[in-house]
Amino acid sequence: MKTVTKNSTNKIVALMGDQAVAEAMRQIDPDVVAAYPITPQTEIVMNFAQFVADGKVNTEMIPVESEHSAMSACVGSAAAGARTMTATSANGLALMWEIVYIAASTRLPIVMPVVNRALSGPINIHCDHSDTMGARDAGWIQVFSENPQEAYENTIVAVRIAEHKDILLPVMVCQDGFITSHGVEGVEIFPDEAIKKFIGEYKIERSLLDVDKPVTYGPLDLQDYYFEHKRQQAQAMESALKNIPGVLKEFNKTFGTSHDLIEEYKMDDAEIAIVVLSSTAGTTKEVVDKLREKGVKAGLIKPIFFRPFPKERIVKALSGVKAAAVLDRSDSFGAEGGPLFTEIKSSLYETKNKPFLVGYIFGLGGRDIFPQDIEHVYNDLEAIKKTGKINNLVTYLGVRD
Amino acid sequence: MKKKSWKEIPIGGRIDEGGTAMEYKTGSWRTFKPVIDKSKCINCLQCWMHCPDSCIILKDEKMEGFDYNYCKGCGICASICPVKCIKMEKG
Repeated sequence: MKTVTKNSTNKIVALMGDQAVAEAMRQIDPDVVAAYPITPQTEIVMNFAQFVADGKVNTEMIPVESEHSAMSACVGSAAAGARTMTATSANGLALMWEIVYIAASTRLPIVMPVVNRALSGPINIHCDHSDTMGARDAGWIQVFSENPQEAYENTIVAVRIAEHKDILLPVMVCQDGFITSHGVEGVEIFPDEAIKKFIGEYKIERSLLDVDKPVTYGPLDLQDYYFEHKRQQAQAMESALKNIPGVLKEFNKTFGTSHDLIEEYKMDDAEIAIVVLSSTAGTTKEVVDKLREKGVKAGLIKPIFFRPFPKERIVKALSGVKAAAVLDRSDSFGAEGGPLFTEIKSSLYETKNKPFLVGYIFGLGGRDIFPQDIEHVYNDLEAIKKTGKINNLVTYLGVRD
Repeated sequence: MKKKSWKEIPIGGRIDEGGTAMEYKTGSWRTFKPVIDKSKCINCLQCWMHCPDSCIILKDEKMEGFDYNYCKGCGICASICPVKCIKMEKG
């Protein structure tokens, strides 16, 4: 996704990632926002509350007493047919957990920016992906943003994905806590009217508040039908994978962007590759450029959507690669490696020409990852490519041994 | 009633019309069922007042019997009966 000016009517404004998301929310002008502030998401709610106070949006803002209440209010609001948003981070997401599942299984198209932050304990407010990775089986669509620009654009596009008639699932729009949420960059803001036109009106099929046609949301569902509803959710995710590209294409056509399920950077002839989400992909691009100057055939794959998992695209992108490393910013204790690593390794099982695949756990609790750390990974991959030997299947990168 | 496939039902567990609780025969949950000895019944209708599932059937304002489609066998009728004419039996 380029950040060059696409249209002369666009404005480039210096914004933090949180402000960029708040700006997207202002343009979306949702009917209801129920949210509770938590570091490092606070500036999203704070800035949006200011828009409400200044009369810049028509939103009914519900300042709740906890995240559990925030998501509960969102469920009620979305079932009534209101375009509904909230935002959270880490322990806030953990506190709303019960209702996160209910929102997805009730098929309510709530859009929730999540500023990725490490889960306690020990208590930590900095970036890792343990919060949303923990929620990966909740039935939400998950999109990861590299920088404030992407966080802004993904928030807008998420509305259309969530409300798509063949999807109807809630969406988490993730960005890295502090690294992008509080990192100021030039963000290109599209005209309000263009956003309004792109997202259009939302009309729910059956509103909870329609007294003339009464409807029940969230009834008891036992052995006889619960499984059928879960099967529907699986189908909705499959449908999301099929229909998201169409929505992205329309967004790209309207705004001159290049959104996709994954981003491939210098992968055409790559022999070694790193797969990594969010802001670290930006750092990795710098390293790839440097290695390319030295003649090293390095590339990068950045999955943008993690749920639904774009398996085919990732497998195809890795098809010509000899050795690849998956960098996870969260651990899955007791598993073979981080969630992205195990998912990709599993995806490759049926393919004939598999690359050597290793995993790295990095950046937990906001531990910085530097270009030299990433270069170190590419060096490991060069060695694996040459020797055909994997010494460590999963490595903790940047921890003191 | 033949159970529907996941393709035939509204999404998200939604129920698209009102009054559908009638279709759900909760009597199948029952372990013990109330049985009345009408020769002892004084038609005080305490059972009718206390039944939490409205399962006491009346006819001409007299105790007629039980609606076993919805009676879950809680035993409140048997417990409240002042002349002990309702007994709980297996089934």
